[in-house]
Amino acid sequence: MIFDEKHECMPLEQLHDLQLERLKAVVRMVYEKVPHYKRVFDEKGLRPEDIKTLDDLEKIPFTSKNDLRDNYPFGMLAVPLEGVAEIHASSGTTGNPTVVAYTKNDIKLWAHVMARTIACAGGTPNDIIQNAYGYGLFTGGLGFHYGAIELGASVVPTSSGQTKRQLKLIQDFGSTVLTCTPSYSIYMAEEALDAGIDPRKTSIRLGILGAEPWSDGMRKDIEEKWDMSACDIYGLSEIIGPGVAVECPAKDGLHLFSDHFLPEIVNPDTGERLPDGEKGELVLTTLTKEALPLLRFRIGDITSINHQRCEGCGRTMPRMSKIFGRTDDMLIIRGINVFPSQIEGVLLSIEGAEPHYMIVVDRERGLDRLELQVEVSRKLFTDEVKGLEALRQKITDEIESVLGLRVIVRLVEPQTIERSMGKAKRVIDKRRI
Amino acid sequence: MKIQQISLFLENTSGRLVDALSLLSEADVNIRALSLSDTSDFGILRLIVNDVEKAHRILAEKHYTVLKSDVVAVEVEDRPGALVGILRILKNAGINVEYTYAFVERSADRAILIFRFDDVEKGIEALEGEEVTMLSSDEVLSR
Repeated sequence: MIFDEKHECMPLEQLHDLQLERLKAVVRMVYEKVPHYKRVFDEKGLRPEDIKTLDDLEKIPFTSKNDLRDNYPFGMLAVPLEGVAEIHASSGTTGNPTVVAYTKNDIKLWAHVMARTIACAGGTPNDIIQNAYGYGLFTGGLGFHYGAIELGASVVPTSSGQTKRQLKLIQDFGSTVLTCTPSYSIYMAEEALDAGIDPRKTSIRLGILGAEPWSDGMRKDIEEKWDMSACDIYGLSEIIGPGVAVECPAKDGLHLFSDHFLPEIVNPDTGERLPDGEKGELVLTTLTKEALPLLRFRIGDITSINHQRCEGCGRTMPRMSKIFGRTDDMLIIRGINVFPSQIEGVLLSIEGAEPHYMIVVDRERGLDRLELQVEVSRKLFTDEVKGLEALRQKITDEIESVLGLRVIVRLVEPQTIERSMGKAKRVIDKRRI
Repeated sequence: MKIQQISLFLENTSGRLVDALSLLSEADVNIRALSLSDTSDFGILRLIVNDVEKAHRILAEKHYTVLKSDVVAVEVEDRPGALVGILRILKNAGINVEYTYAFVERSADRAILIFRFDDVEKGIEALEGEEVTMLSSDEVLSR
């Protein structure tokens, strides 16, 4: 089912006209309403009227995550706070989280692109969608929630966790669509088997999975375990949350809703735009958002793009490949973005701790596990077990409060963590994604 | 009377104990008593040695997390009830024992108990009041 056929299948020429018209409008708006953009344009001697074609987009400087942090909390908003209907935030590297805000129209847009997303993956108004993405500041939960309602489906807002209850509700309600991270879907299937429930025999027929990288191998495994179709979804809170791109059942790239979010692929080192098919950093410009419009936002995800019409579903929305990796050292653990620098910040806030640590990421029964190895310096050492246990607990708690993620802290002897000459190697990622 | 003990942080993996103790044996440091507390990840090795300064220096040079701490050595007769007698004194004085370990003397029918109290000074005070024999480092090493 195509939720918005008019736009999703729009002939390319018309689509370009629509994008250009929207681009001109958003450029004019941010120049007028967001001091950051006025300054950036003025510094370059660029005027909104200089954007006459879609290619002129290249003249506009990039926006980075730092620009959002520097303007914390509301400096990047294009509307006064009275116009804001909902505010989300993601955890911050240096103390300040990244704030994203939505007007009432933005929420309508979010519901709309999410209804498109669910339908594109194969969902219908008849489905019962069990939404096991986290509800709260994380945009995954509410994004799916709004989209399911807009589509006309039924949503069961279980949020993440409480796996036994999830399984009971799948059985009792006859849920047909499961939305969560791919790793949680594996964990849930394994818990089901342990409890004597065959996930293949449940009513679940479709999984819309995302918020973390996963491979086609993992997809095969998940589809096998659940006897369902599993589609990949892509999004990020700065742009809107989930609802940026999603696979159709052909599973040949993720359709990116470019009538609202204009994509470019650039060389991460030079910033130069790359042609279709070449791998580079994804850059997005929001064309229709009101509260937090962003021009050429650098995401840090590496992908490629294909503008050809999809043979499978007929959509003209361009397709991005699954994410190949990151331009920085960001890790995605159980759907949560983690920068090693955040962990380092927490460690250094503990008296006596030194920045000698190692992050080891692994996947156990489909669930990401982050082990933080911390060297016990002489300053941290007490000769009683309870003192060291208290230290371990303190590090665990502080990290949880900053990242919203429970990690496993292991105390190790000094000098066991390799000292490298150049850039310290802080992360060992053992996950086979 | 306090004596000094060496405490060492060790990961709970095979070979860590022998690596650390080899350093001491090569340096001719003799161990009079030891105790090892373990958790699933790490352990704390506590040692009474004949040369605290040397042991500390050697381990620190090899980047071990090591510290000197004060403990109390109590001499008791090696017979049933001797340890309980000491513990009652501590209990009555409200002193908490963080850990303890014991060994017997070479030349007499007596044992030596090593105590770490939550409050070392108060512990010593309580034991002194009851005329318990506390030993100096030299005494611990010679008996």
